[in-house]
Amino acid sequence: MSAKMIEVRWHGRGGQGAKTAALLFAQAVLTTGKYIQAFPEYGPERMGAPVQSFNRVSDSPITIHCSITEPQFVVILDPTLLDAVDVTEGVGTQGKVIVNTSFSAEEMAKKLGIAKEQVYVVNASKIAEETIGKNIPNTPMLGALVKVIGNLDINGVLNDTKAKLEVKFRSKPEVIEGNIASIKRAYDEVKNS
Amino acid sequence: MVKTMFSKGKIVAKTGNEIMAEAMRQIAPDVVAAYPITPATEIVQIFSQFVADGKVPTEFVAVESEHSAMSATISASVAGARAMTGTSSQGFALMWEMLYIAAGLRLPIVMAEVNRALSAPINIHGDQSDTMGARDAGWIQIYSENSQEAYDNMIQSVRIAEAAKLPAMVTTDGFIISHCMEVAEVYPDADVKEFVGEYKPERALLDYKRPFTLGAIDLQDYYFEHRYQLAQAMRDSKKIILEVADEFKKKFGREYGFYEKYEMDDAEIAIVTIGSAAGTTKAVVDNLRAKGIKAGLIKIRVYRPFPAEEIAKDLSKVKAIAVLDRADSCSATFAPVYLDVVAALYANCGDKAPKAENYVYGLGGREISLEHIEEVYMKLDAVAKGTKKASTQVEYINVRIK
Repeated sequence: MSAKMIEVRWHGRGGQGAKTAALLFAQAVLTTGKYIQAFPEYGPERMGAPVQSFNRVSDSPITIHCSITEPQFVVILDPTLLDAVDVTEGVGTQGKVIVNTSFSAEEMAKKLGIAKEQVYVVNASKIAEETIGKNIPNTPMLGALVKVIGNLDINGVLNDTKAKLEVKFRSKPEVIEGNIASIKRAYDEVKNS
Repeated sequence: MVKTMFSKGKIVAKTGNEIMAEAMRQIAPDVVAAYPITPATEIVQIFSQFVADGKVPTEFVAVESEHSAMSATISASVAGARAMTGTSSQGFALMWEMLYIAAGLRLPIVMAEVNRALSAPINIHGDQSDTMGARDAGWIQIYSENSQEAYDNMIQSVRIAEAAKLPAMVTTDGFIISHCMEVAEVYPDADVKEFVGEYKPERALLDYKRPFTLGAIDLQDYYFEHRYQLAQAMRDSKKIILEVADEFKKKFGREYGFYEKYEMDDAEIAIVTIGSAAGTTKAVVDNLRAKGIKAGLIKIRVYRPFPAEEIAKDLSKVKAIAVLDRADSCSATFAPVYLDVVAALYANCGDKAPKAENYVYGLGGREISLEHIEEVYMKLDAVAKGTKKASTQVEYINVRIK
């Protein structure tokens, strides 16, 4: 794969919106001028079962359609997955892992068995509860991912996500505002400490 | 920066299924008959939503099986309607009997097909076993590497089918393309409508002022001539396919032919394949070229009619080729695409034909990685240099064999 291409793997549980997060992320990043792919891993889908979804982001057209085995970024929507799934598979010594947790990056690094520099934490569940009113960590984690990747335009992402939500939740403006606020907060609060 | 090829085009992020449904909405056929249930994919489900929302004036006929879906589509086409359907895998298999009838009656039906495995064992993931089995049914078969091609192929296939008086299926690789969201350019409704044009059937059963008989018994005296005409129509459709591609390029900017040549000008070794794996292969070709290995790729887009002479001419210049098939033939010899390619080489190039290997890969959605494809090229490199012999049997990629 080209050196400029970014590959992301999302870990969640069925029903938490890992697939939706990957789709939203791809659509939002497209509006900032990048080429994208978003695809879920399809298996027997059950509520609560560990699921994965994937993104590719690139400045040039993406032709490859093989699976992602060495992601530069891993997003973990549900911290209970750490005991159930090898979330650091293929991450190596350079990949970055973003965890939805109340623990510190040090504590998470110890648990994951990788260097502290590779670990980012954000309490996305708390942010979601306070902004959206429900524990739906996928939208805030989108903000955290944009921050950690670094060279993406957060305003472009916010505008596109807002436009998407406006279509979906026309009658519930509070849902739109809550989601947008959650992305902003996670973008600001995600940390490497 | 993502740019459009057509001045009025719009960049969107869509899955293969979404974009095929979008093409169907823009084509706005008179009738779509389908059975929207797994494994038929979301295409007709999304399309039925367009119908329900009044976004397309098509009459949607929800039938009770795929056999009925193809039967109803045939009936609509016979009546004089522009008729389409969509299916996948087992649903496609259930249409089997009617596929031959659609072709034999020379009906320009267009079908959106997602390539998925056939049971048993039960598997709904991507491979081309379903449509490869129907390669001799008398349908034009156009395979797509990605969402963009699926969209463009759908639009072109309507024109091709109607001019050739042959049914046409446009396919994508199941899940790998059908459920992958990626960047594509769509064109305004009005431009697609203009390109597709109005369907004016030469004969229509509902044209009661000019009655005619269709589907009658046809015995030793005429059946053979009609089947010859079907085969000839397939041969004649090659010209039509290129003409439509030419017009499409003039209108929308993207270039299409029977197949795409990637780094073939000075290639010494080449892979021939169909569908999404071709995109992955392009990345491998780039890597090998950077190392000085003269690798190339031919991605077949139009598999029926098979562009035998053209492909043989392009492959005659290389030293060794590998044909990668995403379907097995269970024939004790080789897989479908290899058989066509090698027959074309033998007929056109004789003893100047390159060494040719056959690999079956990806059945039931099994992974095909950059490394797997690179291994094939490295073997071809050795065959081309004479340090290894080409295999004389089907080889398998990424399968556990005891």
